[in-house]
Amino acid sequence: MNTKSLIDYTLHLADNALILGHRNSEWCGHGPVLEQDIAISNIALDLIGQARNFYQYAAQLTGNDATEDSLAYLRDEREFKNCLLVELPNGDWGQTILRQFFFSTYQYFLYRQLQKCGDEQLSAITEKALKEVSYHVRWSSEWVIRLGDGTEESKQRMLHAVDELWSYTGEMFVAVGYELSAFSHGFGIDLSVVKNDWDEKIRSVFEEATLSIPVNAWMHTGGKEGKHTEHVGFVLAEMQFLQRAYPNSEW
Amino acid sequence: MESINQNIINNTTASSSEEAKHIVFEILETVSDPEVPVLSVIDLGIIRNIEIIPASSLELVPPGWEAGGKEWKVLISITPTYTGCPAIDVMKINIRMALLQHGFTDIQITQVLSPAWTTDWISEKGKEKLKAYGIAPPHYTQAVCTADSFQMEEAIQCPLCNSYHTRLVSQFGSTACKALYQCEDCKEPFDYFKCH
Ligand SMILES: [Zn+2]
Repeated sequence: MNTKSLIDYTLHLADNALILGHRNSEWCGHGPVLEQDIAISNIALDLIGQARNFYQYAAQLTGNDATEDSLAYLRDEREFKNCLLVELPNGDWGQTILRQFFFSTYQYFLYRQLQKCGDEQLSAITEKALKEVSYHVRWSSEWVIRLGDGTEESKQRMLHAVDELWSYTGEMFVAVGYELSAFSHGFGIDLSVVKNDWDEKIRSVFEEATLSIPVNAWMHTGGKEGKHTEHVGFVLAEMQFLQRAYPNSEW
Repeated sequence: MESINQNIINNTTASSSEEAKHIVFEILETVSDPEVPVLSVIDLGIIRNIEIIPASSLELVPPGWEAGGKEWKVLISITPTYTGCPAIDVMKINIRMALLQHGFTDIQITQVLSPAWTTDWISEKGKEKLKAYGIAPPHYTQAVCTADSFQMEEAIQCPLCNSYHTRLVSQFGSTACKALYQCEDCKEPFDYFKCH
């Protein structure tokens, strides 16, 4: 595989983790109860930790004085390769939970394959992260069930969340150029297996949550290739402000 | 920083690389986890390897160094406990400081991710220290480390009254490594060092 594809693929993994970590961090101090505020902040921290590992690796591959910070703070919207799902606004607690469940389940099955992939560093990072992602899947799926099979209001909110998010789930399973290049060069990743595992998990949790899976919806794509919703610009404006206004400043 | 055994003054007292390694090990036993200060980095099991290279075998002996085994280069491999744990950077700095204070000036600390750290690597002594500190130590059988929802909870023993009649309050606690529990008998909330 050419280095460009490996860098792009690593950045894609990093951007997914960073943007979702940032979105989750917006809940810090605003969670519905203290324990859950702490939980979502912990998940944000795990994701930002994953992002750091991926960015460090991408920086090493990139050379030219690239650092984890320059990759996170000095790239523009069109250079970000995250899925659209993770950049969407948080909505209410139900919507945040459902997005976490969709995405963590995807990460879980993807990382299970990546930890055995042909790239030593990606395999080490994902082996480590998989343990944490297991907790994220467990936590978010329990909440989906509680809220879906909960009160009249929580049920309504979960139905609304499914409506809002479902059409952004398809993108995760449609490989773009750098993924195809990575997968075909010894990575041994099969996205159709990830999708089958994902479908099965969503189905069983939705069933318990008394929610139904929408049939055959239109799916949005583009995020992985830098074509984002308008929301990502606002995320970057907030996240990158300090480095843009005061270049090279450190804590 | 706690004071080191008086017999160990600094790196130049070591006459063999085995002895230098032993000294480094004792120094590391005084470097603690900033988030769980009762545990040293050794107790925590994050030190994967300590390698000592005599300066005489280095390609470039820095000026003023005696090539004859009196000076040692220290190579340490360290593995993070949790991906997003901010304590790892602090621990790296503290390890370096402690070694510098004892005369080791040539230090290289490398981070290794694989094999991933597990709570099984916390030493027996470490587990006892955790309990005495009021944190329930991790179990051996990692029954709840999977992604399945609403699993049968392991019975976690209250570190204060030793009751097993406890309940999980939250899988996520005050730091990345802990879950929050409450004892149904003595009613005290406590941290559980969750399995990983
Ligand atoms: Zn008790």
